[in-house]
Amino acid sequence: MERQETPVSHLQHKVADIPVGSTVRKANAGLLRKRFRLGEFIAESFIRTVASVSFAVILLILVFVFKEASPLLFPPSETQVAATENMQQETYGGETGTSAEPGTSLEGGREQATSVETSGSEGKATIKNLAGTEWQPVSRNPKYGLIPLILGSFKVTLISVFIGAPIAILAALFTSFFAPRRLREFLKPAIEFLSGFPSVLIGFFALVELATLLQHLFGYQYRLNAFVGGIALSLAAIPIIYSVTEDALSSVPKYMTEASLALGATRWQTALFVVLPAATPGVFAATLLGVGRAFGETMIVLMATGNAALMSISALEPIRTMSATIGAEMAEVVFGDTHYNVLFLIGTILFLFTFALNAVAEFYVRTKLQKRFRGTS
Amino acid sequence: MRKKILGYVFILSTALSAFLVLAAIVVIIGKITAGGWDKLSLEFLTAAPKEGMTAGGIFPAIIGTVLLVSIMSLAGVPIGTITAIYLSEYADQGSILTKMIRFAVNTLAGVPAIVFGLFGLGFFIHFVGGGMDKIFSGNSELRWSQPNLLWASLTMALLTLPVVIVSVEEALRSIPVDYREASLALGATKFQTIVHVVLPNAYPGILTGAILAVGRGAGEVAPILFTGVAYYLPHLPSSLSDQFMQLGYHLYVMATQSSDVEATIGIQYATAFVLLAVTFLLNFSAIFIRYRIRARLR
Repeated sequence: MERQETPVSHLQHKVADIPVGSTVRKANAGLLRKRFRLGEFIAESFIRTVASVSFAVILLILVFVFKEASPLLFPPSETQVAATENMQQETYGGETGTSAEPGTSLEGGREQATSVETSGSEGKATIKNLAGTEWQPVSRNPKYGLIPLILGSFKVTLISVFIGAPIAILAALFTSFFAPRRLREFLKPAIEFLSGFPSVLIGFFALVELATLLQHLFGYQYRLNAFVGGIALSLAAIPIIYSVTEDALSSVPKYMTEASLALGATRWQTALFVVLPAATPGVFAATLLGVGRAFGETMIVLMATGNAALMSISALEPIRTMSATIGAEMAEVVFGDTHYNVLFLIGTILFLFTFALNAVAEFYVRTKLQKRFRGTS
Repeated sequence: MRKKILGYVFILSTALSAFLVLAAIVVIIGKITAGGWDKLSLEFLTAAPKEGMTAGGIFPAIIGTVLLVSIMSLAGVPIGTITAIYLSEYADQGSILTKMIRFAVNTLAGVPAIVFGLFGLGFFIHFVGGGMDKIFSGNSELRWSQPNLLWASLTMALLTLPVVIVSVEEALRSIPVDYREASLALGATKFQTIVHVVLPNAYPGILTGAILAVGRGAGEVAPILFTGVAYYLPHLPSSLSDQFMQLGYHLYVMATQSSDVEATIGIQYATAFVLLAVTFLLNFSAIFIRYRIRARLR
């Protein structure tokens, strides 16, 4: 299973690799040998090195995001603590406060910085503290309970995928089976265009238009909540689910469709009972990618969900997600502070979770879907 | 009979879903255009914010965005193009390195934007910037270890790298093998073939990749939140180590942070409209060029 290439592509590769321009010195060898050219070698090495940048970046992201979170898991020695406290007067981000919470003003950050210096061990993020149910990073006795943030992220992601995935999958079925040719050629780029919408724009729309409209329709208490955020987020998840599902549907071989139609099945029966089941791994992968997109999205949830870290499973109450917490608080924290480390820990969790989702999705598309249609070879 | 009804219901629900998505797109564009149209003027595009951001224009934000995407493209497009060349021209498709790079590109496309921001802060600002400060000034002046235009642009370049790679590789694959073989048969080396035959033909694809990357970079806010963007600056950025204003961030701040949100609602809509128009134009031209590449492929 190491080499998955078909004989044809192997042949093409060999043709392209024949060392053109080299003279065959030993006729009895009977083989075309590649002559060593320094320029070519340097060019190829350079191109290969640059191409490895993507992989290096993935590793660096893992290393550096985890590195800033690691003091929580491996407490630093006394000298390191002293070194970081000397550098504590820097803040990051905009000129003015950028937090969505009224309590998280710049003064709050300063006060906390001094309190950390004096009180020392108090407010340290132990495992017990991290597993708590309260998120109050800026107070005299900071609490870094991640549970409400994780709950918020999952809640809004579930809402967005439960709304977005059926719509996206049905729309993909419509595009590949029932839409007239000319409509299809318009529909696909149009829906994919939605993925080009800046998320801050969707967030703005949700904040000023959608939230008001939905509150009027349903009459719930909080204008900004998980439900509004979930609907707005589904607008970000739909294009990717739609696009990958559509690709999976169109990769189902024509003979399956034709066999079904030839047996007397109607078009919709073929679509629902033959093509959709055949493309299931692709649809599953598409949904996973949609989950990853929604889970990591920052600006939409930052603007449309109210940003209150509550322990509630109700969809109609405000939530604070992991990504929004990083976005809202990172600009105010002090470098090297516990709060700073906790935000990087949240980032590590986000990264690992989306990384795992993408890996599983890719595995499904690569192996299950492709193997299924490769036939006997 | 019941089956027939079921079929109609199924087909209708697929059609409804598709039109629901289209309707959402139309409503968003329509609402933002309607809300921002009145406020839009030449002055709005060319003036700085005035009177505590409640009047004036968005000129510094436009300039900041343009600078950001320009530096981002200078860094990201060459790397993306070379990676695509490797994947399409050199890579042995079964080799471990190729699989690793492909996996990395797919993963990179799925990493949340905010994680790129954290990476920019941890790697570019603290590690690279901190190191530069230590070397250049012995930490007496904190210049590069602060959020600035350069680090924000490089962070954004990494975020948009997969976009460039995917569209350039698609363009490279659409070039017939005959072109390469003809060039090789005439005695050109592989590298000469790539530079003189493959790349000129891939030009539209590189352009598409760059345009899509710019479209993405112009709208993303999360990666630059703490790597260089500022709420308000009295001066335009004059060097790579300056902070900058950006359209998307401007919209976010105006809509959520300002003390009197109602007073600036017109400016918010108009900013949203400018952002929408920019991404619309960029994406539309990319789709158009890509459509022509695909037509050649057929």
